[in-house]
Amino acid sequence: VKIAVCVKHVPEGTTHARIDPQTKRLDRSGEGAINSFDTHAVEEALRIKEAQDGEVVVVSMGPQSAQDSVRKALAMGADSALLITDDAAAGSDLVATTAALSAALEPEGADLILFGQQASDSDGAVLWSAVADRLRRPVISQVAELTVADGKVTGKRQTEFGYDTIEAPLPAVVAVSDAINEPRYPSLKGIMGARSKPQRSVSLSELGVEAGTVGEAGSKTVVQALNDPPPRGDTVKLEDDGSAAEKIVEYLAEKKVL
Amino acid sequence: MPAAVFLEHHDGELLKPALGVLAKAAELDGDVAGVVLGSGVKDVAGKAGAYGAAKVYVADKPELEQPLPQPRVDALAALVQEQGIDTLLFGASVLSADVASGLAARLGAGLNWDLTDLVLEDGQLIGKRPALGDTVYVDVGWNGEPRLALIRAGTFEPKETGGDAPVEEFDVSFEDFSLAATMLEQAHAESEGPSIEDADVIVAGGRGLGSPDNFKLVEELAKALGGAVAATRAVVDAGWYPYATQVGQTGKTVSPKLYVACGISGAIQHKVGMQSSGVIVAINKDPNAPIFDFCDLGVVGDLHEIVPKLTDLVRQRRS
Repeated sequence: VKIAVCVKHVPEGTTHARIDPQTKRLDRSGEGAINSFDTHAVEEALRIKEAQDGEVVVVSMGPQSAQDSVRKALAMGADSALLITDDAAAGSDLVATTAALSAALEPEGADLILFGQQASDSDGAVLWSAVADRLRRPVISQVAELTVADGKVTGKRQTEFGYDTIEAPLPAVVAVSDAINEPRYPSLKGIMGARSKPQRSVSLSELGVEAGTVGEAGSKTVVQALNDPPPRGDTVKLEDDGSAAEKIVEYLAEKKVL
Repeated sequence: MPAAVFLEHHDGELLKPALGVLAKAAELDGDVAGVVLGSGVKDVAGKAGAYGAAKVYVADKPELEQPLPQPRVDALAALVQEQGIDTLLFGASVLSADVASGLAARLGAGLNWDLTDLVLEDGQLIGKRPALGDTVYVDVGWNGEPRLALIRAGTFEPKETGGDAPVEEFDVSFEDFSLAATMLEQAHAESEGPSIEDADVIVAGGRGLGSPDNFKLVEELAKALGGAVAATRAVVDAGWYPYATQVGQTGKTVSPKLYVACGISGAIQHKVGMQSSGVIVAINKDPNAPIFDFCDLGVVGDLHEIVPKLTDLVRQRRS
């Protein structure tokens, strides 16, 4: 099986993330890391590959710095990588991202396209379904248990009402939940080996994607304004020095909830 | 504006998040339609008028019997085009998120998600979305039509208007790939344990507990506080704790006076189920855990040491 895993490079830690008030876009100039939800998709792809042979290609879209995230996936064990990077892609919303990503995924001809369950920066949990529609493939989301056999994929997942088991023929698109596995840490050998693995970087024109369909120009949603959140009251944060339990009790007493 | 709301249903009942969105849409524009998709759903469709729908569009097809997203994308795409619907709203759920997203790709339309309010400003529809761990509230809009939006579950309360709405059927032709996925089995969640929905105090455990056995720590603290035990989706999926105790997007929404989160990172799925709690206390060893962005008291430390001590202190105080 050939598996394409989509990963996103996100600003590290939500505490430092900020939206640029000028462009109204997420500031991606700082340190970034692979979206942790996507490491579960990488892990699942590697497990399928190890169990039944195959190939895992990592696909990402982002600034040049997204190479860091791509390399992390390669260090975990993916075989090759494809990064869509183009200044004109900045500010892409769901439909614009879908247009570019689908154009990159289509020629890969993967049997299975995997996504993590959400992006930690945008809280988006929707991309797989849009990509599946664009590529005209079946989709299963929120999968907590995945089986690939006999040209079919079977996913168990949880919904508001219980547990579903859904089957679809390959090629298919699957989004996995973070409950599906425990992602491995890259080994030293994996990290060293990642550098020599095939890594391609493509622009929108190389993908044959018209500039008007991607980036801000191709986006159908717009950020109008940024506002401060309604006050929730201050967060008191403390590090345990052995007296945390006492401090929690004091706090609860003060708030009259004890 | 011909606006419509996707009305998800289960076991013959329209879902509360969808009816809440319907109430809001009706408040913004009296002439809002409901859309009910399924097989043998004319009865359930007839209930929408009582919650504010001026009209109900229904596609009643065997292909729509299972709650799978892609046949619903075909149906809604046909409806939007036939009726010139310019705004289509969804109450967020596992199913509706996939439907809305697939539809956005199909129609080349804008989708805004996780909205916690909808307002009209100078006749323009604006969505409000908390972002970056609720550190910023973003006003979002749309370029072109139709405008698609997913509204966070629990945002709007349904309103019974006691009205009556005509039901209008429409036809759908399905794409081959839309019918490729099939539901093999649907297992309903196990029977309800003690309810966490009415508890004044909830102590919740997440993956940071390290093992199912450590739920004992959470149970002991809950007992000392006179509260109920809750769990995150991750540990429920891992089989550590029963589904009936799950708080979050695919579980229950709770708002106790006190919520103590032990070893919970605060993923958005969990957050949406508990963020309206009175006082939120979080204990987590990872100082960067998102939960520290929306708790009242955040303690960075080892819950295995802190929680038993806390349980003892609470017991002493209450005895």
